[in-house]
Amino acid sequence: MITGAKAMVKGLKEQGVDIMFGYPGATICPFYDELAKDGTIRHILVRQEQNAGHMASGYARKSGRVGVCVVTSGPGATNLITGIATAYMDSIPIVAITGQVATDMLGRDVFQEVDITGACAPFVKHSYLVKDARELPRIMREAFHIASTGRPGPVLIDVPSDVQNQQFEYKDPGEVNIRGYKPSITGNMKQIKKVAAEIQVAKKPLICAGGGVFSSGAQDLIKKLSDKGKIPVVTTMMGLGAIPTSDPMNMGMIGQFGHKTANYALNHTDLLVLIGARVGDRAVTAPDRVEEQSRTIHIDIDPAEIGKNMTPTVPLVGDVRHILEKLLEFDIETDSGEWSQELQQLASEERNKVSAKREQTIGPRNFMHALSAQLDDDAYVVADVGQNQIWAGKYIEVKKGRFLTSGGLGTMGYSLPAGAGVKFADRDRQTVVVCGDGSFQMTMNELSTIAENDLNLKVVLFNNRKLGMVNEIQKKAYSEGPFAVSMPDTPDFCKLADAFGIRCRRLSDENQMEDAIREMLSHDGPFLLECVVDPDESTMLQ
Amino acid sequence: MKQIISVLTENQAGALNKITGLFARRAFNIESLAVGVTEDKSISRITMIVDSGNNAVEQIEKQLNKLVPVIKVRRFDDSEVIGKELAMIKVAANSKNRGEIKNLADIMDARITDISAATMTVEISESPDKIDLFEEMMRPYGIQEVARTGIVALQKGSSSIG
Ligand SMILES: Cc1ncc(C[n+]2csc(CCOP(=O)(O)OP(=O)(O)O)c2C)c(N)n1
Ligand SMILES: [Mg+2]
Repeated sequence: MITGAKAMVKGLKEQGVDIMFGYPGATICPFYDELAKDGTIRHILVRQEQNAGHMASGYARKSGRVGVCVVTSGPGATNLITGIATAYMDSIPIVAITGQVATDMLGRDVFQEVDITGACAPFVKHSYLVKDARELPRIMREAFHIASTGRPGPVLIDVPSDVQNQQFEYKDPGEVNIRGYKPSITGNMKQIKKVAAEIQVAKKPLICAGGGVFSSGAQDLIKKLSDKGKIPVVTTMMGLGAIPTSDPMNMGMIGQFGHKTANYALNHTDLLVLIGARVGDRAVTAPDRVEEQSRTIHIDIDPAEIGKNMTPTVPLVGDVRHILEKLLEFDIETDSGEWSQELQQLASEERNKVSAKREQTIGPRNFMHALSAQLDDDAYVVADVGQNQIWAGKYIEVKKGRFLTSGGLGTMGYSLPAGAGVKFADRDRQTVVVCGDGSFQMTMNELSTIAENDLNLKVVLFNNRKLGMVNEIQKKAYSEGPFAVSMPDTPDFCKLADAFGIRCRRLSDENQMEDAIREMLSHDGPFLLECVVDPDESTMLQ
Repeated sequence: MKQIISVLTENQAGALNKITGLFARRAFNIESLAVGVTEDKSISRITMIVDSGNNAVEQIEKQLNKLVPVIKVRRFDDSEVIGKELAMIKVAANSKNRGEIKNLADIMDARITDISAATMTVEISESPDKIDLFEEMMRPYGIQEVARTGIVALQKGSSSIG
């Protein structure tokens, strides 16, 4: 006989879980007790439950494995909601475990009861409310399977405390077999042929790579497709770095806040090949126009994404990697010389722009260039949300590393805990968080977790004493101008870092930039680099 | 355009909620909804009527397919299925007009299932438009209460969705 709690731990170990992020409370105590007894799974105590979700997300994105987080019922569970929704929007595989009040108390509004499976229904890939511990072995297996296969996403397991304590005879649940869940991986050969035929005759072909390229680990194949077909590439924000940003065939990031060249390419292509990109409104602001002007191919593992925001000429459902492998067997060389040269010319002009040097504030573009020059080739950059995100996305060079951000939900505060998650997955990987003063203050409590675990995480804080992005929008589009976006009394961030035992430097003169970046990167331990930024700096740098 | 959506789903707590949630989120109204188990007790069949653009319904179909408990989804228009609904209509009746009501019921293949000094309850199993028609015929007598089940439907001929 074993308990439900033990079956949960057993289920985690079976999946090879050796680290999880969490925050305990009464209803999840039976599980924590088993976790302690077992002793093989490392538990990272976060400082707020939302961040357990973000850390699991950062961990998943670095490790390619499912990130796991665990919290208590009621307020623990509701705090986690933003973490779950953020992972959902970016298709990140996480398993979230929540404690729940005992089954005979369900629905009676007892202390710390919330209907968390109900609350999360619109933004989980799947959820379970476990009523009988005998189902736990199967559910644990299914949850990891669902989170990590097909289009990845968060799975929630809500376990009442009595179910965690329930004794039962353990039986192996066997292989996962869910009749309603059979994602199709391999693409339809007839469709793939059609795609090849479309590419062959295109004069102005364009690949648009999204986050799905990373989910299927197909970065190398995007490069191959671009080379073989002589097809220029643009990316969405989630697809940043699908091929190195400095690759001559990479025209940059599309979208409202994207690169001029990339948007020009999008607006003039005659064949758009969308690969693992869901045509979100921030990336493709006018899908109707693109549809009219060009033929479109949409490759995605999720059939529901195809036709949702744009009706493609050729739809192609399946895993990006599988499909590109097959597509590359065809003769797909295009006659795109003129088009590609025109774009390369524009992109290189755009890339080589610099801003005039300043001595009182830090120019975001110059800073990103200086940072890129010193970063390891395989560094991870985790950007937050706001102007800082746009500056990082547009001006940081991504080589063999990754650029991570909350692209879909745009969750302020994501970067610090997600960056910590990356570090927990790979302690030696150079990892730099870029955030704003607003977003930093949303989750800065995790400095405590970072210090406690001695994570060598670098944090670049762009301090404009403003919710800069909203300030910019209000100035541009609202009659009353900026309102409720100023934070003149932001704390002394270096004193704050000091309180956590974290090294800090404040930078306001571009002449000191190289030196400050060197100090940050070479310091052995966490480091906060506060950059003083002009409050009226815009995302649209000339 | 009105369409019938037929869904086979795991017969488990929460499945119906997940399904209707997809509609609510898109501000879609479900005109009729009927749920019951199938020949396999572990599977429920949900039959819905929605009235919306083709693209919107196609998107809903794809989203339904994404739900883990959902096993199969099919969309039909009226001509492809036999669709029936059960309605019970309680109508004011007295000794003078009972005969008339009974006659109307006979014409429509409806049955009198209950009777009191002041009312009659008529039961009819038909397509929704015929039930609408019958309801109109009963209206002059004074309808007191109507209960309708929502349509259930199966494909015509030998084909089936399972
Ligand atoms: C949780 C959350 N609340 C509100 C917003 C709306 N929002 C988007 S950007 C932004 C300002 C961000 O300010 P800061 O972190 O200082 O970055 P900056 O734009 O100044 O670089 C706000 C409030 C959001 N994206 N997320
Ligand atoms: Mg700011």
